[in-house]
This record gives sequence, C-alpha cells and structure tokens, in this order.
Amino acid sequence: MLEVQALTFAYPGQKPLFEDFSWRVARGELWAVLGPSGCGKTTLLMLLAGLYHPQSGLVLVDGERLSRPRPRTSVVLQDYGLLPWATVRENVRLGLEIRRFYGPDGRHAPREPLDPQGESRVTAWMERLGIADIADHYPAQISGGQRQRTALARALVLEPDLLLLDEPFASLDVPTRENLHLLTLQLAQELGVTVILVTHALEEAAFLGQKLLLLGRPPHRQAHFLENAHPISEAFRHSPAMREKLETLRARMLTL
Amino acid sequence: MNAPRSRDLFVALLLLLLLWQGLAMLIQKPILPPPGRVATALLRALAGDLGRHALASLYRVILSIFLALLLAGPLGLVLGQSARLYRWSAPFVYLLYPIPKVVLVPLVLLFFGIGELPKVLIITLVLFFQVLVLVRDSAAALRPELILSVRSLGAGRRALFRFVYLPATLPAMLTAVRQSIGTAIAILYVAELFATRYGLGYYIYYAGSTLFDYPAMYAGLIVMSLLGFGLYGMVDYLERRLCRWCQIS
Repeated sequence: MLEVQALTFAYPGQKPLFEDFSWRVARGELWAVLGPSGCGKTTLLMLLAGLYHPQSGLVLVDGERLSRPRPRTSVVLQDYGLLPWATVRENVRLGLEIRRFYGPDGRHAPREPLDPQGESRVTAWMERLGIADIADHYPAQISGGQRQRTALARALVLEPDLLLLDEPFASLDVPTRENLHLLTLQLAQELGVTVILVTHALEEAAFLGQKLLLLGRPPHRQAHFLENAHPISEAFRHSPAMREKLETLRARMLTL
Repeated sequence: MNAPRSRDLFVALLLLLLLWQGLAMLIQKPILPPPGRVATALLRALAGDLGRHALASLYRVILSIFLALLLAGPLGLVLGQSARLYRWSAPFVYLLYPIPKVVLVPLVLLFFGIGELPKVLIITLVLFFQVLVLVRDSAAALRPELILSVRSLGAGRRALFRFVYLPATLPAMLTAVRQSIGTAIAILYVAELFATRYGLGYYIYYAGSTLFDYPAMYAGLIVMSLLGFGLYGMVDYLERRLCRWCQIS
C-alpha cells in the first residue's frame, strides 16, 4: 500500500529529521506512529499525504510515486482544519465540492466521473457519526468531539483507502477520547481502510495501533517498529495484557 | 458597533429635532432655519430636482465601492496568500496607506479632467487602501493547518481561492467598506464642488452660497446624511446575509 524509500527530509536551514529512512505499510494495516513532540511525526504524515516533498527518496502509494495530495488519501489534522464560515454539513461536503469544482481531472480529483451518490454519503456519514442534528451549526458552536467527528466524516465521504490522522484526539476530554478511539477502530476495520495515526500518547498508541512505528530523537535513519496485534474492544484497555504492553513500550521508547 | 433598538433611535432623533428647534428659535437667523421649514423645503426640493442630485451622488459612491472592491480585493488576496509578496509589498503599502486621499483631489482632477471619472476615482482611491490592507491581513492570518487540510482534499490554488481565501476575507471587505463610508461621502462632497451640475455636494453648495436658500441647503444636508445612513444599513444587511458565522464566533 505504502512504501517509503530512502527518504531524506529537512526543514530549510535545519538538521534533517529523516535520513535515508525506509518503511513499508501493507494494505488494511492499522499503524500508530509514536514519538515525543518535535520528533518529526507530523512531518512524516505530511510527507505521506503529499503535502510536503522529500529532499531525496520516494514515497510510493499503491506503487505510484507521490508528488501531490492523492484523491484517495484522506487526512485529518490535529486542529481538524474545519472552515469556520461553513456549517458542519458544508464542511463534510467540502471534499466533494472541490471535486465538482475541478471535474474528474485525475489530478485534484479521481479520473472516474463524479459519483452521484456523494450527497447521500454526506448525510449517511453525518448520521453514522452522530452529527446529523448539528448539521447547520458552525464549528465555533460545537464541542471538540463534534468537530473531530465532522473532520472524520469529511475524510470518509471521499471513500479513502488510506486515512492519515494527526493527533486526532489530543484536545478531547477522556470520555470523548475513549469513545472516539473505539469508533475509529471499528470504522477502520469495517471499511478495510489503511490507517496511520500519529500520537505522542503511549496509551493511545498501544490501544489503537496493531503495529507501532516508534520515533525517538531525530534524525531517523531506521524504522523501529513493534507488532501490537490485539483484540479491538474496550475491555482490552484495562486488561493486564494492555498494562504489560505499556511497560514493554515504555522500556523500548527509552532505548531509542 | 451594534445598531441600537429602534425605539431608542426614535427618541434620540426626536430630542435632536427639539434641540435644533430650540437653537433656531434662540438664534433667529436665516442661516439656521427651524426643522419645520426645512421639512417643507425638503418636500418641495424632492418634487423638484433634489432626487436627481441624490441619485447622481448615490451612483458615484456605489460605483466607487464596487470598483475599489474589484481592484483592491483580488490584489489583497494575492498579497496576503504569499509570504514573499507580502514582504515585498509591505513597505509600499505602509508609505501610501496613510496619505490623506482628499489632498489628491486637485491632482486627480488635473490628470483626469473634470468629468465623471475623476470623481469616482477619488472615492475609489480612499476605499482602495482600506480594502487592500484589511483583505491582505485577513488572508495572511489564515492558519497554515487550515490551508493544508483543504489542500489534502485535493484543492489547488484556484480551489483555495474559491473555498478558503474568498469566504475568509469577505468580512474584511465589508468592514473596510463600513470604515470608509464616512470618508468616502466627505470626499464625495469635495469632489462634487468642482465642475458638476448634479450631485448633493453641488446642490448644497449652490443652494447655500449662490441662491442663499438656506432651507434648501439644509434639505441637501439631510439627504446627504440619509445617503450615509442608507449605505451603513446596506453593509449591515450584507453582513447579516453573507457572514452569518461572524456573529457566532
């Protein structure tokens, strides 16, 4: 699904964050990228989204070299990136509007003609994510959890096969966060979509990731990863197995 | 500034009229006729050609606002969305912005003659920098995460303008117009003193200093105030229609 080959990236005038870095993600996998703030995990996500460009090396998605955002990759950024002047419904519809604006040009939008089912998918996802009754509210009027759901709906309406999430739960209170964890996992499983989720929280990574990419201090030259297969259920969060995983993970992070 | 309740407005208006009446009775000079006489003159003038003068002024202001938005809006957007263009243009804007545009009236008349064009151009000039600066700054203040998010949905430059920059700067355009209406009308008055046959500025000046018809002059002043009042109302209306989200956040 996704292949990072010998990637090097640095912000202008700074030391590289990634140097000759390679990593592979298979279709349908659920990855959590774990690392402290400033380690370059958001940057990695931007590179995978085609929003930043590496100085050298390649990002291949579906065997194709990535040079700009790809229509079937959806991204949810940390602050959700909702348009403050658009209602929840208009925000959820935004991706479709942009596709309609360009037409099926194969660059900004998929080459296939526009899907006439788009609008019904907007409604369906709003209902599924429990934001249908706030469809006419503006982002400033709704809670953090509802904004997060709006951003998720906006991403899912475009029927992605790759979903990139940057600290999507960071600014939510604990009950809302745990609630959304489970929802995200269920949706990922149900849709068979490949998910890469960036987080700085150990517990979140251990609960959400079936595989973990661990980033220590930059520059990153090698992908350190950890298998983390576990059942998707709320019960797992408080199980001894989870506690054990957290211990291993903590110890492993300290060695990086 | 929020509009006060209409009952309060009515009371204030009544008090102002009373004050006017009192002053007129106290001074007892033709240069301050009482409101009743001005009202009669106003009705008579409106039956005559005051309406035509008012329309000429209204047309000039509206056209200028439109031109200023058309010229400065897109330029502000372009300067605001690129950090480099912003940097290059900032010193020029900084130097030109504070020049009081009214001093350019004779200059514009020299360059463009005495027709309709220079009068409209002068008012456009007043609004131009106001719109430019507010639009530029509100475009520049957009969070990069928002732009990245919308780009990740497939938006290139054109879609960013359509779906992000334009709606984001609409409130700034309206604010700029609101802030400049007062100056625009003041300049309209000055511009209409030169080589015009129609316009409220001309009407007021002519009635006052040539005909010595003071009630008619006051009627012209009232219509000019109403023009400003009406334009504020128009901006308020557009803001309510186009920027519902501004009232919320």
